[in-house]
Amino acid sequence: MGAVSVAQETVIATAAPTSASASETGLSVAGAYKTFRSAEGGEVHALDGVSLDIELGEFYVLLGPSGCGKTTLLRAIAGLEPLDGGEIYLGDERIDILPPHKRPVNTVFQSYALFPHLSVWENIAFGLRMEKAPQAVIAERVAEMLALVQLSEVGGRRPSQLSGGQQQRVALARALAKQPKVLLLDEPLSALDLKLRRGMQSELKRIQRETGITFVFVTHDQEEALSMGDRIAVFADGRPAQIGTPEDIYERPVSRFVADFIGDTNFIRAPLTVRAGTCFGGIGGVDVPVGVDPGNGQTGTATLAIRPENIFLTDPDQAELRGKLVELTYMGTDLRCSVELPDGQRLRVRVPPPFGQTHLEPGGDVGVAIGAGQAKVVAE
Amino acid sequence: MSSSGTLERRPPPDRTAPGKAASGPPALDRPGPKRAGGIRLGRRRPGAKPGQLSVGFAIPAILVGLTFTLGPIIVIGVFSFLSQPETGGGVVYQFSTEAYRHFLFQEDFLGNTHLDLRYLRSFGLSGLQALVTTVVCIGLAFPIALWMTTKTPRAQNLLVLVVTIPFWTNLLVRTYAWILLLSDRGTANSVLEMIGLEPRQLLYNSGATLVGLIYTFLPFAILPIYSSLAGFDFSLAEAAYDLGARKLGVVRRIIWPAAGGGVMSAVALCFVPAFGSFVQPVLLGGGKVLMVGNLIAAQYGEARNWPFGAALSVIILILTLLGAFGLLRWAKRSSQKVSLAI
Repeated sequence: MGAVSVAQETVIATAAPTSASASETGLSVAGAYKTFRSAEGGEVHALDGVSLDIELGEFYVLLGPSGCGKTTLLRAIAGLEPLDGGEIYLGDERIDILPPHKRPVNTVFQSYALFPHLSVWENIAFGLRMEKAPQAVIAERVAEMLALVQLSEVGGRRPSQLSGGQQQRVALARALAKQPKVLLLDEPLSALDLKLRRGMQSELKRIQRETGITFVFVTHDQEEALSMGDRIAVFADGRPAQIGTPEDIYERPVSRFVADFIGDTNFIRAPLTVRAGTCFGGIGGVDVPVGVDPGNGQTGTATLAIRPENIFLTDPDQAELRGKLVELTYMGTDLRCSVELPDGQRLRVRVPPPFGQTHLEPGGDVGVAIGAGQAKVVAE
Repeated sequence: MSSSGTLERRPPPDRTAPGKAASGPPALDRPGPKRAGGIRLGRRRPGAKPGQLSVGFAIPAILVGLTFTLGPIIVIGVFSFLSQPETGGGVVYQFSTEAYRHFLFQEDFLGNTHLDLRYLRSFGLSGLQALVTTVVCIGLAFPIALWMTTKTPRAQNLLVLVVTIPFWTNLLVRTYAWILLLSDRGTANSVLEMIGLEPRQLLYNSGATLVGLIYTFLPFAILPIYSSLAGFDFSLAEAAYDLGARKLGVVRRIIWPAAGGGVMSAVALCFVPAFGSFVQPVLLGGGKVLMVGNLIAAQYGEARNWPFGAALSVIILILTLLGAFGLLRWAKRSSQKVSLAI
């Protein structure tokens, strides 16, 4: 299908410029495969030919639903999961053949995995002790790390005596103490409540800026990914479905999966026509320009993705496209509307304040306008 | 009879039936401890929870329990301070500390007392043997227990069952089985012959005793270590790997401390019974070396010195209690869970 080829081109286009420079210093994964045997005896392709390049000093987010392979990739980079195929390079050094203790990479675990029998201080010192650092260096570095995560007063306590947020920061300090080239974070904030998580998000960004260490951050929370990542790789079924900046991913999703996973999206089936060098999609009998190059000769019916905030409700008497308002929910920050188009498809619409400019009433007719260039063709 | 009255009242009482209302004792119609029936002891006191019986019900069980736990110990304690009769076994009810003096001192024909270290040597030998047994048992049990925890829950249950199989059979029978294995024409020597080695005397030496002791106490080491590792979070091991530890480092610095409580329980469960063991030194060791177990047995048998046998037992009991106390102190200080029983 034409739309699929569009998707693949976009992925390659975003990944290509980085690969040349990143291979000098950054982390690159080439053709990684990993297959697990499920309990029923079937094969699960956790990593299905993953290739990506992570630049030095980048905050790189691996985003995807559970079971999409993002955690497996992280564990493969750490050396906790051997690959079935493929290679991992850090700079010019191939690291997937090294045991975990020889990789300049450290991990913040989802469960924190703090050593319960050691004090906070000893937990942070553990990695340095393993590399037999002199006592003075250890003391200095641990103090530095405790200050970095603002826990200088609790160094003598056991992990069990700390709150969840504090434990999280100890795990971070412990992983950073060895000054790794790459820090891997496996859903580190998922156990925290919403308020604490917001605080830790900005804290992590600050620490990443201050240390300049490459962060590879696994999450299933799209909001977290958008707010934190320099770049995001959206994973589906063991491989990245799209790689790009948060803006790329949100504004220009290449597939229905990505558009659906990130934020709220309307999907409309629309016939495509080409007129005067522009490609149009027919929504409710009205042609709306869609951002596809007519040169690739795409015709037939395609799926359009339109964000609810890019649809505007207008006066029905002056609108080309009309619909019936079937549902109206007041959310405080906006009004959530559901509009039924003449062909029966429904659109979710978000009306920003101030409310009351347009007369809205469930059951009434409304005009529908779609922001210029906001209807995008995505691959099914 | 009040109890039969209660039984009759079990179906809902029909108060209006003529004659019936008067037949039961009037006390039973009072609102009150109905569920206690005719038993007075079970009357509910104010503040008691529904279903809670009064302390009185526990008295028989407490008495039986005390009789069978403290009773023998009290008898032993009392006997150790009594005197030996002129002839035969038993005790004479006359206070004496002779039994304890006999442990360290001996009186010669001229009436001089001097230090006699033979009994202390028995204690030392038994202690050494118990120590070797304990160390070997824990050395074997730790990797076995660790291996068990890596299996699926189903397999783990099965393995625990396998470990406990020896408990189903009498110790004496199992020890005789070892005699068959180690005897001059036993299985072990047949195997030696088959691979072209000289058969040798395997039975009736301290090596055979040790084999028997290790065999007997291995399950007592595996089970507590396994239970302390059963809930082990293997992401801790991964974190240690990730921070640069090697395999042995992970075991030594992360897994071994996590098993600490179980290891200490295993020490208690192996060392104490191995110290006073009787069956293995006699049957497998041939009773050639005087160990604490057969020393005590001899006092009640051939030597006919009951107070001394009792005194030896009391000394062991005190040593054990001191050890247990120290263990619990250690456990409290290092916040480890140690259980002194399975």
